[in-house]
Amino acid sequence: MIESLADWLIYGIAGLSETTHWGKAVHFFVYETVKIGLLLLIVTHLMGAINAVLPIERVREWIASGRLRGAEHLAASFFGAVTPFCSCSSIPLFIGFLQGGIPLGVTLSFLITSPLVNEVALALFIGLFGWKVTLIYAGSGILLGTVLGWGLGRAGLGRYVEDWVWEIAQDRADGDGPERKPLREQLPAISREAMEIVTGIAPYVLAGLAVGAGIHGYVPTGFFQEYLAGGNPFAVPLSVVLAIPMYANASGILPVVQALVAKGIPLGTAIAFMMGVVGLSLPEAMMLKKVMQPRLLATFFGTVGVSIVALGYLFNAVL
Amino acid sequence: MNIEVLGTGCSSCQTLETRVQRVVEDADLDGTVEKVEDMQEIMKYGVMSTPALVVDGEVKSSGRAPSVQELKDLLGA
Repeated sequence: MIESLADWLIYGIAGLSETTHWGKAVHFFVYETVKIGLLLLIVTHLMGAINAVLPIERVREWIASGRLRGAEHLAASFFGAVTPFCSCSSIPLFIGFLQGGIPLGVTLSFLITSPLVNEVALALFIGLFGWKVTLIYAGSGILLGTVLGWGLGRAGLGRYVEDWVWEIAQDRADGDGPERKPLREQLPAISREAMEIVTGIAPYVLAGLAVGAGIHGYVPTGFFQEYLAGGNPFAVPLSVVLAIPMYANASGILPVVQALVAKGIPLGTAIAFMMGVVGLSLPEAMMLKKVMQPRLLATFFGTVGVSIVALGYLFNAVL
Repeated sequence: MNIEVLGTGCSSCQTLETRVQRVVEDADLDGTVEKVEDMQEIMKYGVMSTPALVVDGEVKSSGRAPSVQELKDLLGA
């Protein structure tokens, strides 16, 4: 529907030709802007509602309750995915989980998935790559958090958590958090906050789409297959390393990545790159440095990074 | 009234602080607004997501920046 609207606007009303570079680029920009704008609105509202019904304090209580019988890592990873992520909240979350009596490994499961799978990334993935790739991305992100949290938990890294954290964690906390109104009454606030998220990232997304549109219109199909992607066996680790400093512009980068995939960059490399952008965030590392000793911090980010590279190779082989 | 804004400097923490200041000034409330950035201090209130708003030692909201209207209710302005 949006596609035919874009067709009508660009090729009909504006009179641009489907066969020109400029026409293709403008069509891509208009079509994707409308589609992604709608998806962002829907997904941020949905996540806001989930968060209102299931505040983080309740998630903590549930994971700590012992009722999950071994599925704690998976549950923590899953809730990490549906909880909005802000790097400035990673320490309160980290300590809050430990205070609730949740083991370090389960807490790390949450921390790995939380930035990796977030509402903005999901909306952009659905819009740019479709449902199948989105499910692969979200599913592998949740799996990554589950498995790595489990492994890191068994590695006995607790002694590398700063002492003051354990001291605070002695004071058990299991409160319900601040008082909340029923969902119905929270809806205006949820909607307003969703709008704030969308307008906040809009400039990045639009800039990314503009660059993506340029690539779609002017770079010949298969361009990168010839010059870049196929030949270099280190494309995956290289793209993950390149991704690390790009966290701040995550929402602007995805549209560009999509355009690159359309021109021949392998999908696995692209997924690994995106996971690197959001999952290996420097601001988060700077925050966690206050609660984790260098050894734990390095192990944490190292294993996540290596796993992302492995996933990239895997996807390149099977997709 | 002792109002504290807990947060380490993310954008919504700054938004909350600005809004709280505005509500306090507009309604001419008799209170102090303090920004708490020290992580150990923040954790004493048991909040799990920032920014959080604390009034006289009680956590009123966490993880979001309530609107000016909502803040007026929370602060009794």
